[in-house]
Amino acid sequence: MNALFEYLVRLGDDSLIIGHRLSEWCGHGPILEEDIAMTNLSLDFIGQATSFLKYAGEVEGKGRTEDDLAYLRFDRDYRNLLLVEQPNGDFGMTIVRQFLFDAYRKLLFERLIHSKDETIAAIAAKSLKETKYHLKHSSEWVIRLGDGTEESHQRVQDSLDTLWRYTSELFYADEVDEKLVKDGVIPSMEGLESAWKASVNEVLAEATLKVPDNNWKHEGGRKGMHSEHLGYILAELQYMQRAYPGLEW
Amino acid sequence: MVTEKEIWQYLEEVFDPEVPVLTVIDLGVVQKVSLESDVCKVTITPTYSGCPAMKRIEDDIIEKLTEKGVPKTEVELVLSPAWTTDWITEAGRKKLKEYGIAPPEDEPDKTVLFAKPVVVPCPNCGSRDTRMVSQFGSTACKAHYQCNDCLEPFDYFKCLR
Repeated sequence: MNALFEYLVRLGDDSLIIGHRLSEWCGHGPILEEDIAMTNLSLDFIGQATSFLKYAGEVEGKGRTEDDLAYLRFDRDYRNLLLVEQPNGDFGMTIVRQFLFDAYRKLLFERLIHSKDETIAAIAAKSLKETKYHLKHSSEWVIRLGDGTEESHQRVQDSLDTLWRYTSELFYADEVDEKLVKDGVIPSMEGLESAWKASVNEVLAEATLKVPDNNWKHEGGRKGMHSEHLGYILAELQYMQRAYPGLEW
Repeated sequence: MVTEKEIWQYLEEVFDPEVPVLTVIDLGVVQKVSLESDVCKVTITPTYSGCPAMKRIEDDIIEKLTEKGVPKTEVELVLSPAWTTDWITEAGRKKLKEYGIAPPEDEPDKTVLFAKPVVVPCPNCGSRDTRMVSQFGSTACKAHYQCNDCLEPFDYFKCLR
């Protein structure tokens, strides 16, 4: 197994799948500004996915491009977090999912800019600037909705309770991470989880939301074991290339 | 034989497809120009990761230099150092304003939640009494504002650092 390739695919797939989920809001946003905001975010994520998957293809050395990786792999070969493939639900659900993910990505990229791998460091530096924007957007909405009306509060609290089981996977680490840390390719991720909890708790407190005490963990994405939702995403995402192989425009 | 200086001049005729008053030089996306025998290599950097204009800019650079008689041009996309709106030239800022897009202002730390949006003077009437309608606008690089005096809605080129 090529640990670097595996790691890049994990980061790239997280970006691609959450980008696709956000793109599903195009034309369905609760207000025009949010419709535009979510598609803007989506574009950033698909751009980040392109960077990671392109580099993954180069590292693998089998001539696969970023498009080959995005459009021609099956669900079991996808390495994204279960969190990012969860359905959009209502606007509150999408915002909570985004917030939990953005908080993680900001802290992750703040570490990866120190990677000894120049390309990872460059993608992280580029993405970090965008991620700060994303996190501000999702945090402000979590606070507005949580500390909003009774109904908005209840809805985001329910979303938080539903999605919490997928958050332990954000800090999943296996032999891939161990090898890259040992080889000095990526910095140690020690303290990432506690830093994430601190930053998330701060916003949730301001939003008057209760941190779920459910510690049930739901993991598997990093090993290609997904929820039933990913297959449907790929069916839509990959339709064109599957139906018309090699299609370009 | 073409010189590097001439290449830089030719690039001032290549425009950003999204903001067609700005050249790629005004925008600050051209990092390097080098010439080796007959091959011209232009290094550019994207504004945002997912900016759909980058491929078009790449093609336009090749087309323009070919038109100017450069035998072979290669465009390389690099991510580092990451682009910032600080690289938009003074001339570029002036052109943006004349075109009706407010140029980037010095924005405070973006991580502060519910911070008061930066004051962006209206490019139409110059009034400082404007309001942010949406942090996200028609493209990834812009926010949407409206002037409270002349009521004109306008785009603001967001500060990215």
